[in-house]
Amino acid sequence: MFENSIGPVPLQAYLIVAAFLFCTGVWGLINSRNAVRVLMSIELMLNAVNINLMSFSSYIDGSIIRGQVFSIFVITVAAAEAAVGLAILLSLYRNRVTIDMESFNLLKW
Amino acid sequence: MNIAYSTELICFLILSVVIVSGSLAVVLLENIVYSAFLLGGVFMAVAGLYLLLNASFVAAAQVLVYVGAVNVLILFAIMLVNKKEKLNPIKGLRTRKLISGGVCGGLLVLLLRVSVTTKWNLPGPNSIGEEATERIGEHLFTDYLLPFELASILLLMAMIGAIVLARRDVPVPTDYTSDLKTNKVIDDKKIPLLSENSLK
Repeated sequence: MFENSIGPVPLQAYLIVAAFLFCTGVWGLINSRNAVRVLMSIELMLNAVNINLMSFSSYIDGSIIRGQVFSIFVITVAAAEAAVGLAILLSLYRNRVTIDMESFNLLKW
Repeated sequence: MNIAYSTELICFLILSVVIVSGSLAVVLLENIVYSAFLLGGVFMAVAGLYLLLNASFVAAAQVLVYVGAVNVLILFAIMLVNKKEKLNPIKGLRTRKLISGGVCGGLLVLLLRVSVTTKWNLPGPNSIGEEATERIGEHLFTDYLLPFELASILLLMAMIGAIVLARRDVPVPTDYTSDLKTNKVIDDKKIPLLSENSLK
């Protein structure tokens, strides 16, 4: 099943870890009631994507490493997202005095 | 199996156990401060995985940006909004968690099946290892120049946007700070939540 691997760790092992991290992030994103925890779950999902990019870059694209460049861009976007998201969170907290996700239903029908 | 192989294998196993248990703890723990610190641990373990994949520059960037900036930002946000609030119970919360857990488990099974059964194009070309940093620099200044410049503009926009969003445009009275020392509870203070300008 894991033939053709160069080192002791096959590519699939990295993919499995990343898949688990991504699914944990999705579950946390859906089920968290604290808005800060939602942002933390988004960071987990972005890290899972980064692990995938890096492992493909190392195992399949080892001479050009485009995946590493992509993951640097993902890290940049994640930093920007965290800054803006936490600023939105602070301003929401100032207006509604809560960070319960269930109370942020102003835009619902 | 020589000693380098077994060392790499043991490092990978330890890092993946830290990542899996840490991410579960981030999502499941009640105390959000613990979750934030464990998130830093998960970021460090992911940086360790990058080191195993011969990517020292990205590992350093991960430690600097995620652990040094994002995690500290999250901790600041927690400290700024950390109010013990009694969440009102929701009807059917348990079934909601079970259903979403089923959906995420299905997604996990799907991803595992795809990653295990697909015939990846292995082995690829040899990894360039230590030259990776130079190669990333070449990429960033030749064929990925436009995304690089766009990333800098994006960071500038995010910085200005965060300042504008988080700015407090409520005039703070002068005796406000002296009142803070006497009664420690900030929540009891009657701070106007909306300024007059935003209501018009």
